[in-house]
Order: sequence, then C-alpha cells, then structure tokens
Amino acid sequence: MAVQTAPTPTALDPTSALVLSRPPRSLWRDAWARFTKNKLAVIASFVLLLFALVAFFAPLLAPHDPLKIYDGKGYLPPAWEETGPIGLPGESQFVFGTDSLGRDVLSRVIYGARVSLVVGIIPAIIILLVGVVVGLIAGYMGGKVDNLTMRFGDVLYAFPDLLFFIIVMTALRDTPAGQLMNGLVLLFVALAIVSWIGLARIVRGQVLSLKEKEFVEAGRMVGAGHARIMAKHILPNCLGPIIVYTALRIPGFIITEAVLGYLGLGLRPSTDSGDIFITSWGAMMLDGQSAINAQPWLLLTPALAVAIVVLAFNFVGDGLRDALDPRLRDR
Amino acid sequence: MTTFIVRRLFWMVPTLFFVALITFVLMHAAPGGPWDRDLSTRQVDPRTQELLNREFGLDKPLFINLEGGNPLDSQFLNYIGGALQGNLGPSYRQRGMNVEDILFRPPEDKPVWQSKFGYSMRLGLLALSLAVLFGVPLGAIGALKRNTWIDYISLGVSTIGISVPNFVLAILLIVLVAGRLKLIKIVQQDWTSPGAWAVPAIILGFGTFAFITRLTRSQMLEVMQQDYVRTARAKGLGERVVVARHMLRNALIPVVTIIGPALAALVTGSFIIEQMFGFPGSGREFVQSISRRDYSMIMGTTLLYAVLVAIANLTVDIMYAFLDPRIKLGK
Repeated sequence: MAVQTAPTPTALDPTSALVLSRPPRSLWRDAWARFTKNKLAVIASFVLLLFALVAFFAPLLAPHDPLKIYDGKGYLPPAWEETGPIGLPGESQFVFGTDSLGRDVLSRVIYGARVSLVVGIIPAIIILLVGVVVGLIAGYMGGKVDNLTMRFGDVLYAFPDLLFFIIVMTALRDTPAGQLMNGLVLLFVALAIVSWIGLARIVRGQVLSLKEKEFVEAGRMVGAGHARIMAKHILPNCLGPIIVYTALRIPGFIITEAVLGYLGLGLRPSTDSGDIFITSWGAMMLDGQSAINAQPWLLLTPALAVAIVVLAFNFVGDGLRDALDPRLRDR
Repeated sequence: MTTFIVRRLFWMVPTLFFVALITFVLMHAAPGGPWDRDLSTRQVDPRTQELLNREFGLDKPLFINLEGGNPLDSQFLNYIGGALQGNLGPSYRQRGMNVEDILFRPPEDKPVWQSKFGYSMRLGLLALSLAVLFGVPLGAIGALKRNTWIDYISLGVSTIGISVPNFVLAILLIVLVAGRLKLIKIVQQDWTSPGAWAVPAIILGFGTFAFITRLTRSQMLEVMQQDYVRTARAKGLGERVVVARHMLRNALIPVVTIIGPALAALVTGSFIIEQMFGFPGSGREFVQSISRRDYSMIMGTTLLYAVLVAIANLTVDIMYAFLDPRIKLGK
C-alpha cells in the first residue's frame, strides 16, 4: 500500500477536509508497537538473543574445553560449596562443578545450547516450508486435494507425538541415516513430520476464509494466475497466524529434544573435539540422573537452562500473538 | 447424535491401523533381528534362531503372503488379528511373557489395579484430581479478582506450568527441595503408603493444573461479560448464585471436555516421571523396553496408548454436545 503524502491543506482546496491528518499505520507497525510495549516479551527476546550468542560463540565463552578430562576431579561440587556431597571442596575454575569424568559442567551446558538452538530452528524452517505450501494449496484448491491432505493429517494428528519420536529414534538410530550429525538429522525430520500438519491446518483455515474476499476476486478479474494470487494476495494476509504458530512450536521442539536426550535417544554425546555439537542438555540430564546425590548440579544446570530458554520462547510467542492478533488476548 | 458417534468411531479404525502400520514398519526398519539384539546375554545360535522365528511366525512375509496359502497369513496382519483379540505377542526380552501379561496382569492374588497399567492409571487419576481440585478454584478466583495479586499468582503459576516440561520441574523440585530438606526419598520402594504417591502425582499433574487454571480463567473472563450474567444480576440474584450457577457452570464446559484427553495424556505421558521415581507402572516398563530394544513391548505399548488417546479425543466432541445444547453435531 502506497503511503499517501498529504498536500498541505488550503482553504481553496475543497478536498482538504478529507485529507488524512496522520500517515496511515501499517498492521506491522501497529504490531511492533504492541510487542515492544509488552515488557515480558521484550526481556524474553533479549534472553533469546543471549542464548543464540552463547550457542554461536560457545568456544569463546566456555571457560574449559567441554571434552577435557581433569583426572581425579570427578564430581566436584559447584565453586561456592566448601564440601560437596562426596566430601570434595568446590574449585573456583569449575563454577558449577564437574561431571563423573571431571569435565566442566558450565562449559558443557554452554555447548549444549547449540543443540537446543538448531533443534528449535531447523524443524521450524522445515514446517514453515512444507506446512505453508500444503496448507495454501489444500485450502485454495479445495475438493479432493483438500480432503486427502486433511484426512492424512488426521492420521498424523492421532499419533501421540512423543511416542512417534521415541519409536522413530529407537528404530532408526543405528541405521546410517540415523547417525548423520550424531543423530540430529533424524531428529529434525521426525520433529518436522509431526508438526507440519498443524501449520498446514491453520493456513488452510485462513485461506478458506480469505479466498472468498473481494480483493482476491479483484485479483482474479485483472487476470492474475493461481500462483500469483496465492503468493501475493493470500499468503501476506495469513502471515500473522503462521508466525505465531511457528514461534509457539519452537519450545516444544526444544523440550522434545531434552526428553529424548534424557531417555538416551537424542544426540549422541561426542568425544571428537572437531564436532560442532558436543552434547545436549537432555543428554547431560541423563548423565546427571545417575549422579543425583553425588553432584546434583550436573542435573540442575541443564534443567535450569532448558526451563529459562523454553519460558523465554513462550513469552516471545505470547507477545507475538498478542501483537499480531489482539483479539486473542487473555486466552 | 448416534450417527455422529458411530462415524467418529469408524474413523478411529483407519487411524489406529496406520499407527500400527507405521510402528510396525519402523520396528522392522531397525537393523538386526529380535534375537541378536541383547548384547548383554549369550547370543542365540543360527539353528535356534530359525526355530524361534518359526515358532513366533517371524519367517512369514511381512505384509502379504504371496508364497501360496492364505494371502492374509503375514506377520503384520497376524499381529493386527492378535491385537484385536487382546494378544499383543510375546515380549522379546522377558522370555515366556506376553506383552499384555506384562502390562495388565497383576501379581498373584492381587486385584487388577495392582498391574503395571493399573499403577499408571491410578497415578494419572490422582494427578488429574489434584489438577482439577486446585486448578479450577485458582483460575476462577483469578478471573473474579482480576489484576490483583491472586490473579498474578494464578497467571504466573499457569505460565510456568504450561511452558516448562514436568520432568524439568521434577528435577528442580527434587534437587532443590527434597535434596536439601531430605523430605522424600528419590527412589521410593514402598508404594503402598499414600504419602509416597503425592510427590510424583503433584509433579505429573502440574502441567495439567496449569492448563486448567488458565482455561478456567479465560473462560470465566469471557462468561463474565455475557448478557445472561448481567440479566442474572439485574434480577437481583446474590453474587454467590450468579458465580456458581451462571458463570462457573458455563465456564467449566471446556474444562470438563478436556478431562478425557488430559487423563489420557497423563497416563501415556507419565513415563519419565515414573522412571525418575522408580514407580512400578507401565510407563517405566516402556522406558525400560526402549533401552532393552524390546520391540514387541514398544509396539504393544504404543498401540495401547494410541487407542487411549483416540478414545479420549472422541469423548471431547461427544461431551461438548451433551453439555452445550447450542452445539449441533454434523448430520
């Protein structure tokens, strides 16, 4: 929409009364204003920015090599404890103590952020691509195409999510495909397979109501093709729900990774320092579970990290929802 | 109404069939056979493997028998046929036990609810009761006293409970509260005392509690603005009657309808909590069958859980129709 520049109204101009006194504000600018007013969402955005930076610059930030084994320093308590549960004092160089092999917990948590970040982002990108395209086509074409996709979706929907992930990971982990990137590729695919359908349904619902609108008809009248109408007229009008759904789906991905890691089905912890992804928060919690009495911080540190990141994603998602669709507030 | 239920029941058939099919395909995609997976025990020699395969029908074709004889005499169809009659096949790891025996058969001379599944069911019911008992009042009071401290508590608690997965909360609680104060033993052995059930039930139900709190609150806020509430006040009804008879009754419709799925989600989603507390339920059995690669156990439990979830989802629509006469179900 072109912004009209208002000519200076003069007494001689008969249309002056109709001229906009303020420039029109776009939906996005309104949304931005609402989002930045939401303090919680803004703080959470900064937390997420920090999280992304930590993941990206892990080698610079980690005080120790996450794979370096300090002999005889296993299960050290956090730095502030005089005597830990197994009688050793904390050391100031290991802020949150060490694990069973004497590796620094803080450094491993910092590296674990990388896994949570990619597990949140990459499946989100996949479901954006697949879900939006399928939803657009199903909603726009209607009829058989629509029916078939939605019935297929019903089946996927009925499969209890976590059970599906567990089965896929159990069955395919030891195959060559399951070992790509220490098992991460399989995890991305499994997460995306289950989640795209939700987005496709939302897009389809939007398209169904939008395609009856006058502006779509107008577009068709001036000779726009199906692809152009879908991409230029319908898609921009359902961006809001798409963004909100995807943003609120990301914490679910991160939780799933943590659950699977905790069951020993997530990322395989690496011992190769050339790897980008060394360990994940879920895998660390699995390690920590058996050492709950000897070094509780091995369990506590990754759990806190998961809780903070997931909460932050939820706050940002809620903020986006309130900003993009104010009618949904308080739900 | 009846036709609607019948139609929905009919739709469960293909859904569950596909759940079974996907699980079956994935289990067979896993490298190796059922007899050579357990590396901790002595390996089975080829001759015995052959006999075992014949004994369990694993020498038959996977889907359709084209080698003459009955075309339906295949592994998958036999499994489905057995499952329909309540026979989930032998466990690959607990020799001599059938999957349904492990899940449903109580110890000698004990009632049914002492079985593995019975334990999980009871834990789920307890968690659900706690969630409803505390969630509904907190949500309702939050809405009635909007923007007071109690509303902020109800919002804050429900946001944390919805966002942070219960096993992470469990870790935080166990380590911070139990570990410090020595209040509870982390692995309880004696599940006959009611006190032992409280902590896992509270943690398991926390997410549901949070969800019910938020749902009640938002529904109450909506109901409070309805005309019939104003009418009730205008005709001079006491505040207590208005709240109990006009507001709560309507606001609780969605809450009542989610109880079925919530229970299904609690029973099928308790495996991590069960594993953490050493709870003798079907969830813990499931986790252990994952680590033992007991494929028939994994498959049987998945099917059982999928049936539970499907039935629970069906109850939502039906209950809606019973509770809210404004809703008319399709032809």
